[in-house]
Amino acid sequence: MKHRIEIVNGSESFGCPADLDVLRAMECLGRKGIPVGCRGGGCGICKVRVVEGPYRTGAMSRACVSVDEQSDGYALACKLFAEGDLRLQVVGKMARCFAGSAGGFHVYGLQGAASQTNN
Amino acid sequence: MALTGVLRPGHVVLRVMDLDKAVAHYTDALGLIEVARDDKGRVFFKAWDEADHHSVVLRQADEAGMDYMGWKVDSAATLERLAGDVKNSGLVTDTSWIAAGEHPHTGKRFRFTIPTGHVMELYAQKDATGCSTGYLNPEPWPDGLKGMAPSRFDHCLLYGDDLDGTVKLFTEVLGFGLAEEVVAGPEKFRIAAFLSCSNKVHDVAFIRQPMKNKFHHASFLLDNWYEVLKAADIISKRKISIDLGPTRHGITRGETIYFFDPSGNRNEVFAGGYIYYPDKPTVTWTDDQLGPAIFYHDRKLNEAFLSVVT
Repeated sequence: MKHRIEIVNGSESFGCPADLDVLRAMECLGRKGIPVGCRGGGCGICKVRVVEGPYRTGAMSRACVSVDEQSDGYALACKLFAEGDLRLQVVGKMARCFAGSAGGFHVYGLQGAASQTNN
Repeated sequence: MALTGVLRPGHVVLRVMDLDKAVAHYTDALGLIEVARDDKGRVFFKAWDEADHHSVVLRQADEAGMDYMGWKVDSAATLERLAGDVKNSGLVTDTSWIAAGEHPHTGKRFRFTIPTGHVMELYAQKDATGCSTGYLNPEPWPDGLKGMAPSRFDHCLLYGDDLDGTVKLFTEVLGFGLAEEVVAGPEKFRIAAFLSCSNKVHDVAFIRQPMKNKFHHASFLLDNWYEVLKAADIISKRKISIDLGPTRHGITRGETIYFFDPSGNRNEVFAGGYIYYPDKPTVTWTDDQLGPAIFYHDRKLNEAFLSVVT
């Protein structure tokens, strides 16, 4: 049994087996659209909001998804299991890795180690 | 003894969201040995070559991450002296004494919060229940090891905001050396610090980023590069969430692989590195060479490695 996962703020859609979490299903197909982090419900990088469709979730870090958010459809894709076709909004993103000083704000481009200064 | 003051990171306490899955990961896959459980539901582990009772503690919680690290010091007198120095440094908050026995087989601990927001402890006593090979005419390694089977818990890498305050505390109050650092821009603004209290190239490392009290990884020592490759096989065989590797770091020269426990806390197993002496000049890396500094083979940064923390 496969369900269709559609990312509404992107162009991706892919099939997801009922027994596989949405993030793994995406990765297994070599698809992109949801950022991949720890895959264990701990880091919050793959946070999404289910806009439409039935689902269940596994244990997710409360530091990443609050009780209110969870009841509002927020989930971590690595702990999200589709029980029908889903439409998702991607919320999570890779955070900047190094930042901050009184003398300048440094952002390290993650792709090429380029740096820039924003004052 | 030549090594005095703070001896080593003696324990790390991690939060996990499914204790049974976590215990299976840390014993069967990583290859630590479970040594105790307490009435709070905490599980205590050690690596096979460690003498003291435990080095890793898991606690069931509703979020992942690190509760605290504990540092063993050389004597009760040093504990009292350093507790006073830390408290009077003006660099820490939330100081308290934890009673002896709160961790099994462990004496009293002095607890404090450092400028990057992480909770640290100092303690002088933990029962030396012994390593798996014993101390009389020992074999080089014991039978019955499971998984990657590191010989010891080695270090943690932590993320936080006030890197300068934390480095000042560790170097000027706790006596650590700055083995390596990463600096950015023409003003050489420090963005990472690798700190040693021993002959190890790092006992703890910190990276500057905006949020307090974030955990990047806990690391465990293997013997050699082939054991790192075999760890990669175990990661695939057991379908463990891999982060990256096997590769080599420019920083510390370590041969490494990174992966996640079932709650998303990052683990590293590594081999190699070099011997650090307190009079060794600090190795400095510049941000324009950060790719090979972190991943010597790929020579480029990895988004998930730098961004994913618990």
